[in-house]
Amino acid sequence: MTDMTLPPDHRPALGERLRRAASNGRLSAALILLPPALILFTLFVILPLGESGVYAFYDWNGYGAPEDFVGLRNFEQMFGHSVFSVAVANTVKIVAVSLLVQMPLALLLALLIYRQTPTNAVFRLIFFVPYIMAEVAAGLIWSFVFDGNYGVTASIATSLGIEQFFVLADRELAFYAVMVVIVWKYFGFHMMIYIAALQGVPEDQIEAARIEGASRTQIVRHVQVPHIRPAIAVSAFFAIIGALQVFDVIIPLTNGGPSNQTQTIVTYLYEFGLTRLRIGFGSAVGVVLFVVAVLVAVFYQRIFMRKGTA
Amino acid sequence: MIGPHVWRNVARLTLLIVVASFVLAPLWATVMGGFKTNAEIRTSAFAAPEAWNLEFYGAILGDAAFWRYLGNSLLISSAAVLLTLVVGSAAAYVFAQIRFFGSGFLFSYLLLGLMFPFATAILPLFIKVRDMGLLDTYWAVILPQTAFGLSLAILLFRTFFAQLPKELFEAAYIDGCGYVRFFWRFTLPLSTPILATVGVFVFVQSWNNFLLPLVVLNSREVFTWPLGMMQYRGEYVTQWNQTLAFVTLSLIPAVVFFLAAQKYIVAGLTGGAVKG
Repeated sequence: MTDMTLPPDHRPALGERLRRAASNGRLSAALILLPPALILFTLFVILPLGESGVYAFYDWNGYGAPEDFVGLRNFEQMFGHSVFSVAVANTVKIVAVSLLVQMPLALLLALLIYRQTPTNAVFRLIFFVPYIMAEVAAGLIWSFVFDGNYGVTASIATSLGIEQFFVLADRELAFYAVMVVIVWKYFGFHMMIYIAALQGVPEDQIEAARIEGASRTQIVRHVQVPHIRPAIAVSAFFAIIGALQVFDVIIPLTNGGPSNQTQTIVTYLYEFGLTRLRIGFGSAVGVVLFVVAVLVAVFYQRIFMRKGTA
Repeated sequence: MIGPHVWRNVARLTLLIVVASFVLAPLWATVMGGFKTNAEIRTSAFAAPEAWNLEFYGAILGDAAFWRYLGNSLLISSAAVLLTLVVGSAAAYVFAQIRFFGSGFLFSYLLLGLMFPFATAILPLFIKVRDMGLLDTYWAVILPQTAFGLSLAILLFRTFFAQLPKELFEAAYIDGCGYVRFFWRFTLPLSTPILATVGVFVFVQSWNNFLLPLVVLNSREVFTWPLGMMQYRGEYVTQWNQTLAFVTLSLIPAVVFFLAAQKYIVAGLTGGAVKG
């Protein structure tokens, strides 16, 4: 460390003295303050991650040491398992619904209520309520809504005088129900991201476009949306990463059923790895999840971050 | 005459009200359901109850298990927040204030947690927690939650600390204040906004977490409220009013907390958005 890094208004003598003295306490401070984070993080994040990369190649029930090395068999079983294909397809569907339904809805609402008025504040709060709720609670509430025997659906059937129907027990409908719940739960989150971004769009640009005769739609398309493109990229990233992790909502709603039609990657990992204590197999699922998550993150940085900062 | 802007406003309001109804209807039915008999729920889920039965809410408020679940959650979440703030800010302070060989590498290492979902390593984590003898203890939830929250916390803290005026440290140093003491006496007190933001973020994550407690907690004595809620649901499968009262009451703390800490939650949200 030399004086070159010092700001010009400092007398070199003082700076020199400072730096020399500072370097004395420096090491001990780092040795006191840094290790707790490093130890916790290594122990509970990095080691388990590395271990899943090892266990994935064993047939292991979690007791004793993993000894039964099976090579790629866990991966072969997984990719050959029809339920895993359903889980992956469901995850892709969630991404599609997020990008094609949830985000446009969120953007539309954000455009309607981004200005600071009392009414807008009320709507904003209402739309954000599902997001602050625990996912399990959301799933439980909606399992009540879709309950054809004792819940809201039953009461709707009664009042319309039609036969009881069971959305969550229907192989075709169950996953649509799940997607409704996911949109309900998360559109407010995406909307908030857009609102924050829209409030940063310079008002005079919108005004200028209006004076030049641009319609409301044109202003949205050519002024506002281009301005908040980074926010849209962020929200798309969250939608994809979120889709990879869907679990809490499913358990109270369908528990993966009927006949595994609503499994996601994480419920699949839980059901076929943990509850059956197939640690090796579950770890293999975890490894796949990890690879996908990293690919998404890298892809995102390549595509969006570069454009976003430019 | 009615101009086009009036129609536009009507359309706008209609859309907002439709979406608001979609959001609120299930919640309304839930809150009301706690006051109704099960027969009434089956026939009119959305109407206000014919008679306001207070017994279901009362039964839950009088149930020691309900309070224990909430208490467990509060304890676990508070501990996770405290630990994340102390451990995370200490590490971030080193990265912001002290340059040493390998600090860039260690910083990147600690940010690896931003790259992948928590569920990825849940099985080895379960094995690790079990082998450490922590299964069925509060620590089994607190420590992994803290560890996974560290990446974002350190990133946000370091950015904030790096913006604090350097002159302050130089002045304090001349007065004989060392790095560690400066951290406690000046850096932390000056950083309350970011501490609050990260704290609220960690708290909400921990409070709502389901997967980790599900995997590492077995006995009801240590259950967090989401586990307790699922337990309750399993016991009263057909009696929705009981479960709905439970859900409503357990959501009240979250709503109150949100209203109180709205500023920080929204800040945490945008902070979270930075993490990509």
